[in-house]
Amino acid sequence: MKRAFILIAALAGFIAIPAQARDQIRIVGSSTIFPFTTAVAEEFGITTPFRTPVVESTGTGGGMKLFCAGVGTRHPDVTNASRRIKKSEVEKCVRNGVTDITEVKIGFDGIVLANSLKVPRTSFSLRHIFLGLAKQVPANETGATLQPNPYEKWSDIDSTLPKIKIKVLGPPPTSGSRDAFAELALEGGCKTFSDLKAMKNSDKNTYKVVCHSIREDGAYVEAGENDNLIIRKLEADTNAFGVFGFSFLDQNQDKVQGSLVNDVSPEFENIADGKYPVARSLYFYVKNAHMDIIPGIEAFVSEFTSDNAMGKDGYLIDKGLIPLGEDERKQQIEKLSM
Amino acid sequence: MTVSHMSTSKLTAASLHRRHAVEKRFRAYGVVAIVTALVFLIILLSSMLSKGYSAFFQAQIRLPVFFSQDVIDPKRTNSSEIIARANYQILVRNALKARFPDVKKRREVKKLTMLISRGARRHLRAMVAHEPSLIGTTQEVWLLASGDADMFLKGAIPRDIPEKSRRINDRQIAWLNALEEDGASRRRFNVNFFTAGDSREAEQAGIWGAIVGSALTLIVTLILSFPVSVTAAVYLEELSTKNWWTDFLEVNINNMAAVPSIIYGLFGLAIFLNVMHLPRSAPVVGGIVLALMTFPTIIIATRASLKAVPPSIREAARGLGASPAQVVLHHVLPLAMPGIFTGTIIGMSRALGESAPLLMIGMVAFIVDIPQGLFDPASVLPVQIYLWADSPERAFVEKTAAATLVLMVFLVVMNATAVVLRRKFEKRW
Repeated sequence: MKRAFILIAALAGFIAIPAQARDQIRIVGSSTIFPFTTAVAEEFGITTPFRTPVVESTGTGGGMKLFCAGVGTRHPDVTNASRRIKKSEVEKCVRNGVTDITEVKIGFDGIVLANSLKVPRTSFSLRHIFLGLAKQVPANETGATLQPNPYEKWSDIDSTLPKIKIKVLGPPPTSGSRDAFAELALEGGCKTFSDLKAMKNSDKNTYKVVCHSIREDGAYVEAGENDNLIIRKLEADTNAFGVFGFSFLDQNQDKVQGSLVNDVSPEFENIADGKYPVARSLYFYVKNAHMDIIPGIEAFVSEFTSDNAMGKDGYLIDKGLIPLGEDERKQQIEKLSM
Repeated sequence: MTVSHMSTSKLTAASLHRRHAVEKRFRAYGVVAIVTALVFLIILLSSMLSKGYSAFFQAQIRLPVFFSQDVIDPKRTNSSEIIARANYQILVRNALKARFPDVKKRREVKKLTMLISRGARRHLRAMVAHEPSLIGTTQEVWLLASGDADMFLKGAIPRDIPEKSRRINDRQIAWLNALEEDGASRRRFNVNFFTAGDSREAEQAGIWGAIVGSALTLIVTLILSFPVSVTAAVYLEELSTKNWWTDFLEVNINNMAAVPSIIYGLFGLAIFLNVMHLPRSAPVVGGIVLALMTFPTIIIATRASLKAVPPSIREAARGLGASPAQVVLHHVLPLAMPGIFTGTIIGMSRALGESAPLLMIGMVAFIVDIPQGLFDPASVLPVQIYLWADSPERAFVEKTAAATLVLMVFLVVMNATAVVLRRKFEKRW
């Protein structure tokens, strides 16, 4: 028993040793950007004398929380975000002394609505998606009155759509992809109703509730954060559609196909051109105060923004990132060198 | 009960048939339950095996690589620093171009280089670092095939679907076929899978980093949870008198066993990271958090095995003049040890399979370097499986299943050890 107490005491002493100065970059944030950042981190570890950064997948919101918690080696140096930093997050950052941050836009991500290759490809408009998936839908042509979503089959919305039950597998509310899907696809369809569009200025909160709420009667199935699982379910159920990021479509083109949205197919070029309507920008944020404390941050950022990584033939593009235009990428690099 | 002898035997005779039937059904239910459990186990295992076994093999492609002085060390400095930083990707590209001289266009060359793993650079660099005299020579080198090429060679990408829907196009298939005809492609046991850390390139990703992380974490868990839990259990069972206070403790310990594991992660985040400022993603924090989770398991098992030691042992020891401490340390505890070990191992194997509480303390992370100590960033096996399962690349599907198999092997070994220990040292009274 004595020995046990000595062990505990020894361990307690061991733990009390203050944490050493950090010589490894720490990155947190969006799970959408995780595959890209990790690829850069690995390349950075191989090609520079610095250690390979540690990348955590915490989600955009979780990443911001950690990033804005303060300055010092205990806090991460970089955070990934699949949306722009919010005003409230900037305020939180400033309150905690994180006043000097740099935003870098790295590229785009398309969100696709896909189904199994075994059945014909479908063409949706944003309005179809809104009518199929929103909790409340307009009861008349302008959207002046609303009703709970009555549509059971896609063909109830428009006779050109398939005669199958509406069933869409997608991410849960905690996911950034779900937010983006609601904002880009649902709201995009919502805005096509003139009275709802007018509501944006008159009653912003109601507008958001109406345009962003997804139906909860079983037509939209929350399939968890794992997109591979959604793809496997789509293979098994040819009547279902799935919502996930472009990189998963890119990797599984022998199993699933992306539906056209507003007559544009979710292809690499169309997303890069901005023609495909359900696409968002991806960012990372750097804590400038850490540049002098943690070795290699500058080199890491320049690896990330290099032609070799983010350029139109870079290795991130092979991983499914949709690149910025050449001019925009140059702008990002210039912003960093200031 | 005032039933006559006659009517009892009549009743018995009448119900005998029914009772036998009940008895039979009772056995049948048991068999059905066992068979159901077995079927699920077999489905799970066979799906993991069928998906995962291919990850233990890896396609390689042989290329004549020219170790060009101009690329590796153009100024002939012979400095190991410069040799280590050279762009070995150029060597790979040149070797491929030399093998397929008719490929000229930039996009085509890119498609061609996509057949070879991006990790091939590391292999070439290691070769030169180990043997600098290679510079200036041409060597036949077996390089890792890329994840996509590997998947194709393993048949995971069907050939009969339209080219546009495939990760490997017709041209690339022709190149792979040409290499195969030359005998320049082969499948080998994937040693790398067991010796490497994580990687974004599925073909060079390994589980060694995660295994080391799991080992470091479990060592901390064991060192912390075993002595504390056993001491606590001995106190509660042998030394304390039963009153409202020990009842209160008992309720709380049983409660702890039922708390969802993520709560321990939140606690770890609040105390160890935010107050004590321990590093994120470190096995030491993971170990402490899992130890908290393991306490109740070991305490409950220890108390049960202490209870199983017959009072006559204690009375005999006391009768011969042993002090309470001597009774416990010399007699009761040694006899209870097999049960305590079993409980500890079961607790440990639960800790080994846990990933939820580690999410909160930053162990769900991409970590390439093999952790060297308790304070180095590390992930653990279940976390590695979770991260791979979430990766878009097709080649990670088999890695996920293979890593699950490895985790299951560890769990089976631990649980089998628990059974063997119990069989070997258990005493029956």
